[in-house]
Amino acid sequence: MGEVCDDIVTSSVTALDALMPLHLSVDPSGVITHVGPTMQKLHPEGALSGMRFMDVFELRRPVNAPDFCALWRRGSCGVKIRFRDGERFGLKGLFTRLSGGSHGLINLSLGISVLDAVRCHNLVAADFAPSDPTVDMLYLIEAKTAALDESKRLNQRLQGAKVAAEEQAFSDTLTGLKNRRALDHLMTRMARSSTPFGLMTLDLDYFKQVNDTFGHAAGDYVLQRVAEILVSETRSGDMVARVGGDEFILAFQECVDPRILNSIASRIISRLEQPIDYDGQSCRISASIGITLSSFYADPVPEQMLGDADVALYWSKHKGRACHTIFDPGTSSESVR
Amino acid sequence: MHGLVNRSIQCFVEDTYGGSSWDHIIREARLEFRDFEAMLAYNDAITEAVLDAAAGHLGRDRNTLLEDLGTYLVTHSHMNSVRRLLRFGGHTFEDFLQSLDDLHDRVKLAMPDLELPHLELTEVAVDRFSLVCRFERPGYGAVLQGILRALADDYGALVLLDLEPGDGAVAPCEVLHIQLLEKAFARGRSFSLAGHATG
Repeated sequence: MGEVCDDIVTSSVTALDALMPLHLSVDPSGVITHVGPTMQKLHPEGALSGMRFMDVFELRRPVNAPDFCALWRRGSCGVKIRFRDGERFGLKGLFTRLSGGSHGLINLSLGISVLDAVRCHNLVAADFAPSDPTVDMLYLIEAKTAALDESKRLNQRLQGAKVAAEEQAFSDTLTGLKNRRALDHLMTRMARSSTPFGLMTLDLDYFKQVNDTFGHAAGDYVLQRVAEILVSETRSGDMVARVGGDEFILAFQECVDPRILNSIASRIISRLEQPIDYDGQSCRISASIGITLSSFYADPVPEQMLGDADVALYWSKHKGRACHTIFDPGTSSESVR
Repeated sequence: MHGLVNRSIQCFVEDTYGGSSWDHIIREARLEFRDFEAMLAYNDAITEAVLDAAAGHLGRDRNTLLEDLGTYLVTHSHMNSVRRLLRFGGHTFEDFLQSLDDLHDRVKLAMPDLELPHLELTEVAVDRFSLVCRFERPGYGAVLQGILRALADDYGALVLLDLEPGDGAVAPCEVLHIQLLEKAFARGRSFSLAGHATG
């Protein structure tokens, strides 16, 4: 009976190699008697045939099979093995004893290690059985990787465009300052996070005369210089926004000290009063400023703070312009300096 | 038409004739953007306008242009992934021809929204094949002719190709006649399943 099976195995070797290029034949003592051509390719160190199965491979599944005898006794079961040397590829497949009992067959596949194995041993399509979808899988991996890379690049471009569009949506195109929308955004955020902040509303004085006398180009030029001055007199975490023709709002994060804000306001006014030269003409302007602080309010509401800063601004204008005033929530009176 | 198709046309023109040619073509085609995105979809009319403008500007008829595009897809280093995916079809040029039947479904698996023609290979005699290419409009036949010509070189095979245009029927189909003169005429380019992109 055993000899018959041996004959069958021997005469079928060619067929087995073609059908299952990744198989191993073993005898009951655990010696490898034959391997498929692709299996041998995975072990370039030498012929597998004649070696002991357990010397070449680590048996990872079934878990309760400490030696080859235990595997043999099972008759048929799923296996996971790993080369002990080299790249230590994992393989998975099925062990089964042939009916005569003189040989066992383990048919294997590379499973998830296929990419590494293909790369290391330069496997080609002919190394896989036609019934094995490995090559289709490799095709799919490559196609999907290419598509995913392209999608990633598209996402990066879209992200860049989104940042640019947001930047544009929050900016005043003439001066490059932030606009009303950006200001509202920031104030809402600061109010919500209870960040203390000082708020300044600033109106240019005599700007209309500059526009009327020297034209709109001169006016635009003056606005750009004003923007530069306001930015240079504030910190990078503060916000300077242009909210109307000659109206600006400044928000000072983490700053509710009236002395500091007053001195900033004085400095801004004195710098704005220095004549601005445009095309040989000397343009003279000034500014009035109203100030309020988030610390004045139990629950700071941006709209109310803007309104109060405007009240203070009104008083500055009323006092004869080129003044700055801090809103006084207690008495609604004002202190002009 | 899928962005990949449009993007391929753009890369072909830019890599072959230069960026200024592409600038001219998109102006002629009245596009409101310069660059196609491979992962977005575009109206078919846009592709038609671009192909017309390209044929006009480059002084080539539509089929010659499309055949050159097919060759470009296989031979240019920027398009190496296309060549690689096609070479997965088989170990020899004949294997590759046989694999074309599966191309449509394979591509569908990887990119479900990319519409490519259905291909059907028939062996009419020893080393003579006819490849039927069905798509809603003609044009892919010429692209395929360019691809096959270049891939035959890639495999080192010598082939004669002849494109029979569609008859304009309800389901237009173009037929590419293939004669395999020499299977190993020259040493082809090497191909490895693993490639480099997967690392």
